[in-house]
Amino acid sequence: MAEAGLRYRKERLDRGIKARSDTIYVISSYREMLYLVLPRVLPVIGLLVLPLVLRGYWGKVLVYACMFGLLALSWDFLAACGMFSLGQALFFGVGSFFAGALNHYLHWPPILTLPIATLAGGVFCAALLAPVVRLKGIYFAMITLVVPLLFTRLVVATGVWGGSHGLSNLAPFTNEWIPIYLAVVAMLVVLFGFRRIMNEDYGLVLGAIRDDDRAVMSAGINIYWRKIQALFIAAVVGCFAGAFMTHQYQFVGPSVFALDYSILPLTAAALGGAGTFAGAVLGSLALVPLSEAMRALGGLRITFYCIVLIICIIGLPEGIFHFIQRKYQQFERLTEIG
Amino acid sequence: MKTEPILKVEKIGKHFGGVQAVLGVSFELRQGEFLGVIGPNGSGKTTLVNLITGFVKPDSGKVIYRGKDITGKMPYIIAGLGIARTFQMVRLFYNLPAFKNIIIPLCSPRVKKLRGGQYGERDETAVDLLDDMGFERDSFVPYKLAGSLPHGYLKRLDLTRALALRPELLILDEIFSGMSMSEVASTLPLIEKFNREGLSIIMIEHRLKELFRVVDRVMVLDFGQKIAEGSPQEVMNTEEVKKAYLGSEVEIS
Repeated sequence: MAEAGLRYRKERLDRGIKARSDTIYVISSYREMLYLVLPRVLPVIGLLVLPLVLRGYWGKVLVYACMFGLLALSWDFLAACGMFSLGQALFFGVGSFFAGALNHYLHWPPILTLPIATLAGGVFCAALLAPVVRLKGIYFAMITLVVPLLFTRLVVATGVWGGSHGLSNLAPFTNEWIPIYLAVVAMLVVLFGFRRIMNEDYGLVLGAIRDDDRAVMSAGINIYWRKIQALFIAAVVGCFAGAFMTHQYQFVGPSVFALDYSILPLTAAALGGAGTFAGAVLGSLALVPLSEAMRALGGLRITFYCIVLIICIIGLPEGIFHFIQRKYQQFERLTEIG
Repeated sequence: MKTEPILKVEKIGKHFGGVQAVLGVSFELRQGEFLGVIGPNGSGKTTLVNLITGFVKPDSGKVIYRGKDITGKMPYIIAGLGIARTFQMVRLFYNLPAFKNIIIPLCSPRVKKLRGGQYGERDETAVDLLDDMGFERDSFVPYKLAGSLPHGYLKRLDLTRALALRPELLILDEIFSGMSMSEVASTLPLIEKFNREGLSIIMIEHRLKELFRVVDRVMVLDFGQKIAEGSPQEVMNTEEVKKAYLGSEVEIS
């Protein structure tokens, strides 16, 4: 370390490669190509290999983490369009019940219920929330928080779709490889899909609505219709997660509208780094296994879970992904202070 | 020859709580005309713009655009009909490069329709538009973050965004406020050029000297009411106008 009399400070330099430019790519060597490609390819390969390694219980945890990843991605997408949602449970629950009801009453197999519940659920949720897209900020958040709780009560009180007992003995996935790879691939597709959408002009408009909706309106764009489209996209992702978990658990009950499914994805996205989508995935892949690993702690599990969360959010307020990204794109060196 | 007015505002009124922001203002704008709107602070000029462009719903009165009643329609519908505006406090996307700001209006259904059902290469169009407005492409100004540009550029960026919509009526809300003399001097000819090419313009401005040089007609507002209308010379000789401006006589060069 520094000798007496000499002082050093850390100097940070951005790498001189246009890795973050929009249209211009300066790729002149294998090193630079790898620099750009590796951070995308390695996690993808890792996630695709992981199911081969993780079997049984931890394989199920991976599936669960992927589903939370989808919910967190769905939250992050809405947030990127200026809709701060506290109600991912609505998407999850609607997808769950659509799939559960189709399977229970009509005996349709998962191969049919999954796509139908995903799309029909997406349309249903977008239509349900369409009247409130004019609300902004906390008002939109409050509505989305309340709607899934309303559905819980509705199902319990009226007894529709199994009431408080739920619908059980639903068809499982036939093969143990199907769910785990379906979950991982779905999450990766949504992750890269969302990143692509936001880089297109379509996503540019969505992001602009978040920044200044009046300026977008004065550009002749129907922002409410765009927001409904964004709701549909986010709802489709959330409903898929719900429909998937219904068949994974072979059960659906009012608990699918629980607050956990609203708040935990938000936490995952915040921990991983909001606004990047990769952060949402990273956060889920960190939080869900952490929560499972702490099961040994028994009753104090949630307490420790919360402490870890608090430490992370205070220590890394920008999120894990932003932190890694920043470090990856910078040199650090010690320079002498003269 | 009298042409059909492109915009007709009939006895429009709006109050916010107890404040009567605009009270029974009526005026007409002919096709291709350049109308200036002046008035002391708080006289309802910006509210008038907001009423025409749909950002504020009027309590009373009507706005007729090309014979069609557009009173209280949503702002994006009015913009889609060809009424573009700039904002007094520029509303831009500061964390985007300047040319991406222009892409937003290029994504609108109106531009698609005018381009014959296709959007074309938006990036290229956006940079072309900016280049015409004095954003030097060769020095990469259109590619710089909007947040890093000086104020004069931001005002012109806002103007370009309005023009990208290919409007038939352009409403400029204090476009020159905060601009330096040289920035005004370089922007004013651009606006004049668009007017000569047939664009109808309503311009709200505090800089009377510049305004009077370019407009055909001036309307003066005070406490939400129209107190005078006519050529710049006529208007500035009216007693009410002199009183509203508290005796500050304006030299017209």
